[in-house]
Amino acid sequence: MTPDQPLVELRDVTRSFPGPPEVQALKAATMNVAAGDYISIVGPSGSGKSTMLNLLGLLDRPSVGEYRLAGSLTGDLSDDERAAVRARFIGFVFQSFHLLPRRTVLDNVLMPMLYSGVPRRERESRAREALGRVGLGHRIDFFPSSLSGGERQRVAVARAVVSGPKLLLADEPTGNLDQRTSGEVMELFEELNDDGLTLIVITHDDAVARRARRTIRIADGRLSEL
Amino acid sequence: MKRLLRRRGRKLDDVMPETEPSEPGAGEHEASEHEAGEHGSGTGASTLLPAVKHADRFTFQDLVAEATADIGSRPARLVMTILGTVLGIASLVATLGFAQTAAAQIARQFDGIAATQVVVTAAKAQSGGENKTVAAGRLPWDSPERVKLLAGVDSAALLGEVELADGETITAVPVNDPSAPITASPRLFAATQDLPDVVDATLVTGRFFDDGHDSRSDRVAVLGARAAERMGINRVDSQPSVFIAGVAYSVIGIIDDIERRTELLDAVIIPQGSARADFGLAAPSELAIHIAVGAGPQVAEQSVLALQPDDPDSLEARAPAASSDLSQNVQADVNVVFLILGVIALLAGGLGIANVTLLSVMERTGEIGLRRAIGATRRQIGAQFMVESVVIGFIGGIIGSAVGVIAVIVVAAVQGWAPVADPLVAVAGAVLGAVVGWASGWYPARRAARIEPVAALRGG
Repeated sequence: MTPDQPLVELRDVTRSFPGPPEVQALKAATMNVAAGDYISIVGPSGSGKSTMLNLLGLLDRPSVGEYRLAGSLTGDLSDDERAAVRARFIGFVFQSFHLLPRRTVLDNVLMPMLYSGVPRRERESRAREALGRVGLGHRIDFFPSSLSGGERQRVAVARAVVSGPKLLLADEPTGNLDQRTSGEVMELFEELNDDGLTLIVITHDDAVARRARRTIRIADGRLSEL
Repeated sequence: MKRLLRRRGRKLDDVMPETEPSEPGAGEHEASEHEAGEHGSGTGASTLLPAVKHADRFTFQDLVAEATADIGSRPARLVMTILGTVLGIASLVATLGFAQTAAAQIARQFDGIAATQVVVTAAKAQSGGENKTVAAGRLPWDSPERVKLLAGVDSAALLGEVELADGETITAVPVNDPSAPITASPRLFAATQDLPDVVDATLVTGRFFDDGHDSRSDRVAVLGARAAERMGINRVDSQPSVFIAGVAYSVIGIIDDIERRTELLDAVIIPQGSARADFGLAAPSELAIHIAVGAGPQVAEQSVLALQPDDPDSLEARAPAASSDLSQNVQADVNVVFLILGVIALLAGGLGIANVTLLSVMERTGEIGLRRAIGATRRQIGAQFMVESVVIGFIGGIIGSAVGVIAVIVVAAVQGWAPVADPLVAVAGAVLGAVVGWASGWYPARRAARIEPVAALRGG
């Protein structure tokens, strides 16, 4: 990648949901995110934040406009190719963690590597390493139900980064956490960002948003940089 | 247009192994960054997706491991899920098993008589224009001694009917009374000493003749029980005689219970040697052999060679077939009502699996969304639920087969029968369970594959 090549490049992206009445959740959004950047996206609920995250995460396709990821157009990827790009390129962290309740912490972290093509013999060591990094090396054989909210979110972070993605998308990562754990999780994100991971955090918490290097506000489907 | 692009993407995917470095794991980042540098390079498939070794992809083993990981986590639900399949398969397997057991039981009762006898006769040959047949070969007089050496032969005896000249009779009264009504004479057979063993006859009184009588052409006779009754002979200590074509023969025994050759009950049996001397018996008409169960085909083949080594085709051996036609006929008579009940239970079982799998798809919407987000394809999600359903059906099938076989064994034990269950039926039962699981997993798997990650991740 050339130095000035943005990792994420949205150009006039519009996402409309056919009606009636037709709803434009995102209107002509243009945004560049450089590799290694740390961005927060804020806005009231219903403003198009989730649509934005789904588009960025290749979970949804723009109705109009183009989305380049690492310089490549994503519009003409097939469903399976998009899944493969998600597996190897993008990590997700969700508000409600989405851990599998009947699998151990280690199995939860191992799971994405099933789909991302990490060489088999590296998988377990990478999972242990990722869990060590989020400070849960001692909880490896626990089930998610026996962990606190902050610990669960850290497992989810370990799961998101274990395949070595370039881009980490976090959707309200602190929405279910108290103030102190929120801070811990955000510090973890920032450590990962310092190591070169591009980070996009969607939040409605101003305290969280202010920690980012750039903040983008969505209101009524339109982007504005703060 | 979309299809065209997709095809292009696939083609790029295909050629990737050659264009990419040989170590996809290590070269992953460098490769994608390098290619991404060529700005605006058409589809993203090649630049965003470095090739992955086949062994590191989502393989069938991964699929089975993922699909089966949760099956045992809720035992109570699993039991309820497979109950219908278990009942259905069990009733099908048991119904077929009962039918087979009953058929085998009936066949065994028949076979006890039929399956232990081989009969060798001279082959018939067509002679002249009229439908006349003549014997093409002849049985040697020492046939019993020859075949007794064969493995599987218990005993053997020659038997031949002796035709009396016209007007000659067999009677117990030596008086020729022209005014007496003409009565049919009993038939006359010539035999060798082992006949009672061969035809499983029992002696009511007296004894059977032996080789000594035979070689001396002694005029002794043994009567079938009904012939004896008709001639008014019921004991031999008074040395009764019968007059065969006017020649007096001493009755030395009476035989009964000849289940194999009931015609002997109505007959007078004399030693073969006597028949040759007195009535000019030209050749024995058949050799009856009592064999061990199951030796039929082999004894039939070997006996003709032992009897006529130079011309085995001139003799004909009739042996019981390895599996009798009778048992097949009985086998077909399966209890249709139980079969229908089994099929209905199986349908209910299939619906049960479909219901629970659908419920589990609904419950695990979040998991499905997550898996899709972290890179599972629709096909992988569908296959996961499909395999789970097939495995559940297969478990039900195995348990059902086992229950069915056990039911057959228990019922047979209570009845004192030998249980018979075709292993194929049990195996087919287990496979049928898997098929039921497959059929009932189809719709839930489709639903699971169609779940949009966006919608799935929003909730919960």
